[in-house]
Parts: sequence; C-alpha cells; structure tokens
Amino acid sequence: MTEGGSIMTTSGTDVSVESVVRRAAAAHRGERGALLPVLHAVQAELGCVPQEAIPVLADEFNLSRADIHGVVTFYHDFRREPAGRSTVRICRAEACQALGADRLLSHVRESGLTLGETSTDGGVTVEQVFCLGNCALGPSVEANGRLHGRVTPARLGAILNGTV
Amino acid sequence: MTSENTTRNTATVYVPRDAAARSVGADEVAQQLELAPIEGGFGVDVVRNGSRGLLWLEPLVEVVTPEGRIGYGPVTPEDVPGLLAAGMLDGADHPLRLGPVDQLPWLARQNRVTFARVGVTDPLSPEDYEAHGGLQGLRAALEMEPADVVTEVTDSGLRGRGGAGFPAGIKWKTVLDCADELKFICCNADEGDSGTFADRMVMEGDPFLLIEGMTIAAHAVGAREGYLYIRSEYPDAIATMNTAIDIARGRGWLGAGILGSSLDFDLHIRVGAGAYICGEETSMLESLEGKRGMVRAKPPIPAIEGLFGRPTVVNNVLTLTTVPVVLADGAKAYQDLGVGRSRGTQVFQLAGNIKRGGIVETAFGITLRELIEDYGGGTLSGRPARAVQVGGPLGAYLPEARFDLPMDYEALAEAGAMLGHGGVVVFDDTVDMAAQARFAMEFCAEESCGKCTPCRVGSVRGVEVIDRIVAGEQQDENLALLEDLCELMTDGSLCAMGGLTPMPVRSALAHFADDFVGRGDRRLLEIHPVQRGNTRTEGQA
Ligand SMILES: Cc1cc2nc3c(=O)[nH]c(=O)nc-3n(C[C@H](O)[C@H](O)[C@H](O)COP(=O)(O)O)c2cc1C
Ligand code: SF4
Ligand code: FES
Repeated sequence: MTEGGSIMTTSGTDVSVESVVRRAAAAHRGERGALLPVLHAVQAELGCVPQEAIPVLADEFNLSRADIHGVVTFYHDFRREPAGRSTVRICRAEACQALGADRLLSHVRESGLTLGETSTDGGVTVEQVFCLGNCALGPSVEANGRLHGRVTPARLGAILNGTV
Repeated sequence: MTSENTTRNTATVYVPRDAAARSVGADEVAQQLELAPIEGGFGVDVVRNGSRGLLWLEPLVEVVTPEGRIGYGPVTPEDVPGLLAAGMLDGADHPLRLGPVDQLPWLARQNRVTFARVGVTDPLSPEDYEAHGGLQGLRAALEMEPADVVTEVTDSGLRGRGGAGFPAGIKWKTVLDCADELKFICCNADEGDSGTFADRMVMEGDPFLLIEGMTIAAHAVGAREGYLYIRSEYPDAIATMNTAIDIARGRGWLGAGILGSSLDFDLHIRVGAGAYICGEETSMLESLEGKRGMVRAKPPIPAIEGLFGRPTVVNNVLTLTTVPVVLADGAKAYQDLGVGRSRGTQVFQLAGNIKRGGIVETAFGITLRELIEDYGGGTLSGRPARAVQVGGPLGAYLPEARFDLPMDYEALAEAGAMLGHGGVVVFDDTVDMAAQARFAMEFCAEESCGKCTPCRVGSVRGVEVIDRIVAGEQQDENLALLEDLCELMTDGSLCAMGGLTPMPVRSALAHFADDFVGRGDRRLLEIHPVQRGNTRTEGQA
C-alpha cells in the first residue's frame, strides 16, 4: 500500500473529501493531539478515511503524508474503503471461543462470506474483533453498532440477513 | 397492582442499561414495560440502572416494593405481559421471581466496595449519586493537603488494577514531586483483555465515580487536565461517560473551582481505534498524542515524562474508581481487607464457559475453585471444566489441579500465572489447548506494535512452529524450538505484549502437553489468521 507520489488534484470527490476533513479538523482545533478524533470524525462522515484525505490531514496537522498514513494504517478501525451496507463483527477472543465462537466462524464460511471482506453484492462486511466486553454472555457479535449476546449460528444467520 | 395498595400510584421498575443486559434484550423489555397497559391506575416509572453483575440473569428487572427491590430474571420481552398479569409490580410470585435482589446469595456474599453503587442507582442521576455516598471521598480530599491525599492512598495499599499491580500512591507521589506547571491524569479504559468487562460496567453503571476518582487524583498531584482513553469497542461506555461529564460540569463537579474549592480540573474523552497494544500505558500516551500506538522504551517513566512529555498519572479505571472509597472511609478500612501484600478487594470477572458469569468483588485470597464452582456454578455446557485462563490473553492457562490457588498477586506469580485485570475465563473439556496456544501467538502477531523483533517476528514463527508440532512434524525438535522462541520473546521483548505471550503458550504446554502431540479436536487450527492489509510494519518506512 504505497502512497501516491503526486499532490491530489481537486476532482469533484476530492473537494467534498477535502471539505469534510477541513471541517473535522476545525471542529477539533485547539485540542491537544487531535488526529485520532479527527480521523474518527472523517470516517463517521465518509465511511472510511480515503486516500484523498491524507494530504489534507497532513496540511492541517503540519505533518508529512507518511506520518498520517502511518497512523491511519496502524489502527484496525480505520478503513481505506467504505464497508458494506451493514457491518457485522464477530468476537474471536478467548471467552467467546470457550462458548463456541468457532461455530459462528464456520457459519460465516458456509454462507460464502469471508472474514475481513465485503460480500460481492456490497451488502455486508464481516470482520473479526477481539473482545466486546460481553465475555460472560458470549459468543458476542456486534452488528451496525448493536451488541448481541449468546449468539447461535442460526441467530447469526438472521443478523447477517438483516432480519435481526 | 391490586386496589388495596393505596400508598403509591407509580411503580418504579429498574431495567439495566448496561451493554451486556442490552445484548440480551434489556431495551425491548424496558420498552414493553413502558408501553404496557397498566390496570388499577398505576403508571410504570422505568429507571435504567447499571447491571448488578449477575449477568446470567440479565435482563434482570427489579421492582421497588415495601419489602425492598424484588428481582425477576432473566426476563424476555415476551415474559412482560405475563409478569404484569401475575402482579410483578407488587412483587408477586412468578417462576422468574428471584426475591429481594440484595439478598441473593451471589450478591450478599460479596464485598462490594468499588462496585457498591453499580446496579443500585441511576448512573446518570447526580442526586442518586450523592444520596448513595457519592462525592464523600472528593470532599474529604479537598479538605486535605495534596501530599496527605497521596499518603492516604499509599497507606491503603491500593495497587494498580490494570495488570502490573504497581502501588498507586507511589506513582502519584512521583508526579506530585515533579515541579512542572502542566501535569495530566490519564485513565486507561482500553480494557482489551478477553474475559474482562469491569471497566466497562463501572463506566456505564457509575460514571460519576470515575470522574470523582480522577478529580481526587488531580488534586493529589497538582494536575488540571485529564484524559479518559476508552476503547472504541465500548460505545455505550463512551456515551454514558460523555453525558456524565456534561452533567458534572453543569454541577461544578468539574471545571473551575470544583465544589467551591480552589481546584480547577477538566476531563476529556478520547476514543481508541481498535488496537490492543494501546492498553499498554506508553502506547496509550502515543495514541493520545495522535500518533501510532508504538510502545515507548522506559525510562523515562510516564510519571516523570508522560503525555506530551509532562508528568502524568496513568491509572486503570478500577484503580481510580477505588480511590473515592479509600478517601471516604480511610486507608485503614481498605487496608484491613485482603491478604499479604494484596490489599482491599479485587473485582473478578467470571467469563467464558460458565453457568453464572459476571462480577464478583471480594477480598483478595479467594480461590479459583470458589470463584468457578461456588459463584460460577461450573460450566455452562455442564461438562467438566478443563482449563481456566486467568488474567487475559497474556495470562496463564491453569488446569483443574490448580483451582485451589488463592487469588492474590504473589501466589499467582509463584504459580507462573498472573492476576492481570482479574478476568477468569473457563473452558470445558472440549477445549483444544494446542489451538489456544496457537491463538495466543496469532493474537500477538496481529496486535504487536511492531517495534521489536522478538515480538513481531517471534509470534509469527510461534504460530508456524505450533502448526508443525500439531501436524506431527519432528515433534521433539519443534517443541525445543518453541521453548527457545518463548525464551527469546520473554527476555528480548520491549513490553509485556511480546514478553508475556509465552505465558499462555508455556502453561498450555506444561499442563496440557497431550493436546500438542496427538489429542484433542483440531477445529480451531483450520481458522487461519485473517489478513487485514493494515499490518503494523507498513507505516514504518
Ligand atoms: C500489552 C499490554 C496491554 C495492556 N492493556 C491494558 C488495559 O487494557 N487497561 C489497563 O488499565 N492497563 C493495561 N495494561 C497495563 C498498563 O500498561 C498500565 O500498567 C496500567 O494502565 C497502569 O494503571 P494501574 O497502575 O492503575 O494498573 C496493559 C499492558 C500491556 C503490556
Ligand atoms: S513487545 Fe511487541 S508490542 Fe511490545 S514493544 Fe515490542 S513489538 Fe511492540
Ligand atoms: S471475549 Fe468475546 S466479548 Fe469478550
């Protein structure tokens, strides 16, 4: 994942990305070390932190583009491309393993989905997560910001289909 | 609901707002209760409390009656009409009735100090907070000189609850003794360990307590700014803390001249971005500064050069939420609880394959067996418990033969284990311990910050070596190689991520060697690491 060498030109989308980033940066101006809150804000609005955002962030924070790129890629939360219409995160940490998280992962595979990827129709992105803090009521799954406990494969199926 | 009851016309019902309770339907239950047609002219006043920590009973609904708060649980939305018809609002009998919640043996046997208010009060009611002893610690502290507050915390014997168990008072004294104008209080609410959820529950269930604890710390060391670093996996805790901070500012519990004193202190929330290593304190500081969460070499310690190079207190949520009690009741009262050098209470979190999972706060010294069998009721599957991981993903796996170990820092260290953040994760006899050891290495490979080779590369090699052992390839040589690798990681890693990953691996080998060389179920080995495309080495160029 190397960075483009040229300065971004301002095509139509770039303008909106740029304005989103500038607005986010302005909203957090005066805060100490505000890069993470700004990245969260950009992702909340655009669904990801696109490549076009990097030079604008570099300008706002007076850092090199390599520095910004390094931060964005370090954290699991920040995406380079938007996720599917819904995002389902399955806990794969020990306590959920003890309660059968592997059965949920098998169900994902059997449904033709791949962890870490978005389904071909763009409907759902399935990801792994390490602990949602619901370890006594696992296996735990988070779908579109909502936490589910004691998830069975059948229930996961309903979550993936969007019926729960 | 009967017409004889003339003393009230509104029934107060508690339904937890805790994320765990919500994960099994608490919102729907609350909604059902709010919408339910009530006979006899009663209205239902639904209060969203924190969770009492009896998680297998969630959603646990409590009704206020002259006999006290009567519990029903676990309640599904479908149960609500029947419960109302049976007279739940009067505390009437029903198969789901649990009796007075305070008297449930599971709760009555505990010694709740830090968790005293969690589940009892409305977390976002400042009136409730004060009515239940809130602010007593801060008020007492504000009457004292900073150095005396530090002494009180030192004398209580309170040790850091985040994992390392370092005495809180000594850390605070170092920061107090620094002459800098600008100092920080940072609360570590990253809680990345599997099997731990106490930080989350206290933030959701008693947020003012954390604000009070951080404010006391600020007074004690001379800080005026605080940061609360919460992991992004905890949206409910983030929302609750945000609201609580706003309320606290409005009441003069934060800001300039706190409670009419000369103390100025304000508090900001920072949200993590999905990186386990950001729970390590120096990595957290880097992240707070807007950088990649790369671990810093120590010294300098954060107490002297922490956030933005300033003297900084970094403490875990449970450490800081215990401070108000220490100040309110005095060091002696806290010190009197516990065993040896493990003073006070510990908040154990029972998780994994366990019948009754949840929060057990009790004095140090309780045994694993008491936790798992007496409190936990054994496994959820009903099969024998085979292994327990204590202290998170970097903690040891212990076999049944070790269940009589007393839970305190020193006894666990002697047994080659650690208490960590107090998580206890139970596995039944279907567990494949080679797969668990492999996972420990895989987790380290995935979550390593990438700064040092033993951790970054060693963990990847660890996965491969375990795969070869399990596949029966040159088992003796590969076992020796794994042992070498563990030694290298232990001795050569900069932080405990690489340094402690060998603990689950070696303990699995020591106690469950059979699983590595030809027993057990190989299912987990089929699940290969997921390539995320954002590996840590990438940004290093
Ligand atoms: C890999 C790693 C992860 C850690 N994760 C956490 C964590 O999630 N929460 C926490 O409070 N401490 C965590 N710690 C411990 C912190 O580095 C630090 O010791 C602690 O925040 C200090 O607070 P305390 O003295 O109140 O425990 C972690 C340490 C390591 C090495
Ligand atoms: S041990 Fe691992 S996580 Fe810790 S500093 Fe080294 S590479 Fe980073
Ligand atoms: S281990 Fe899955 S929620 Fe904690």
